[in-house]
Amino acid sequence: MTNHPRLVQVRQQVLKHNDVVARALRRRCAAAGVFVVSLVSSPGSGKTTFLEATLAALGRSRRVAALVGDLATDNDARRLARSGAPVRQIVTGAVCHLEAQMVQDALADWRLEDLDFLFIENVGNLVCPASYDLGENLRAVLFSVTEGEDKPQKYPTIFNTADLAVITKLDLAAAVEFDAAAAAASLAGVRPGMKVFQVSAKTGQGMSAWLEFLQASAPAQLAPAASCSEKRHL
Amino acid sequence: MHELSIALSILDLVEREAQRHGAVEVRAVHLKLGPLAGVVHKALLSAYGLACEICARPDCRLVIEETPILGDCPVCGGPQGVVSAQEMRCTICGTPITAVVGGRELEITAMEMVP
Repeated sequence: MTNHPRLVQVRQQVLKHNDVVARALRRRCAAAGVFVVSLVSSPGSGKTTFLEATLAALGRSRRVAALVGDLATDNDARRLARSGAPVRQIVTGAVCHLEAQMVQDALADWRLEDLDFLFIENVGNLVCPASYDLGENLRAVLFSVTEGEDKPQKYPTIFNTADLAVITKLDLAAAVEFDAAAAAASLAGVRPGMKVFQVSAKTGQGMSAWLEFLQASAPAQLAPAASCSEKRHL
Repeated sequence: MHELSIALSILDLVEREAQRHGAVEVRAVHLKLGPLAGVVHKALLSAYGLACEICARPDCRLVIEETPILGDCPVCGGPQGVVSAQEMRCTICGTPITAVVGGRELEITAMEMVP
């Protein structure tokens, strides 16, 4: 006799485990008074240079640290450590993105109370990191002037999970004939009203606006602020 | 390409739910997938086939229901459809939406269990 299947209603988020860990991280960081910012972008967009400049400048007045994800090598961690900030590399092996558990493991023995800002540099990838909440308060998506103005249109999902965009390598804008208006239109299409910073970490152009924004964002974080990445499951 | 990891997570949840309900077999798992979940429909189906072999659940089909992107329209109010992921404007009045309220789903909704 054939058993007929019964349809059982189940409401389960596929990434439930990641979301649970991310929420716990967000609570832990809030309790310790640390504001968490993650950076996502394609490889070579200037995340590490941007973060190096951010750590060096912000580190003069605030206690900063960083986690950096890469498939292999600790080159980025060594570069970032030059800023004097505590830095830890997360080597993901074949994994193309960071997950909340990797962040939790990397922070296991850190005293978060000693920090004001924690930055998480994700693996260079504009696709997979979109699906994973890392417990951050703010997710910044970076793209450089050399990548083409229509990057947001090509990767709308990652731009949708980010809270703000940073256009990098502005010092090269003239050389590559970067069309700022076209980039703004591309961003506005995928994410109307998105906050955008335009910077050159090399010359320092635009960095002060970014740093002032960070300084202003952190004190507001008495209660855990929900980033866009946390609002995926509305 | 994180679809294999997603597929394995789906089968992990299938396994747990099957045990919880005392099912001997799961014929299908139903998934809601939004365009903004960061998961590609076809890639997930391919990865799922491989994951079924790894998890020894060859007979459990994956049924994907695609959900639309919905946004808050400041003019029309409430959740409205949008033109596309590239043009997040209300399909009715063309005004840019203020927030995404649907389209990020990556959720198991049902399973077909035996008995």
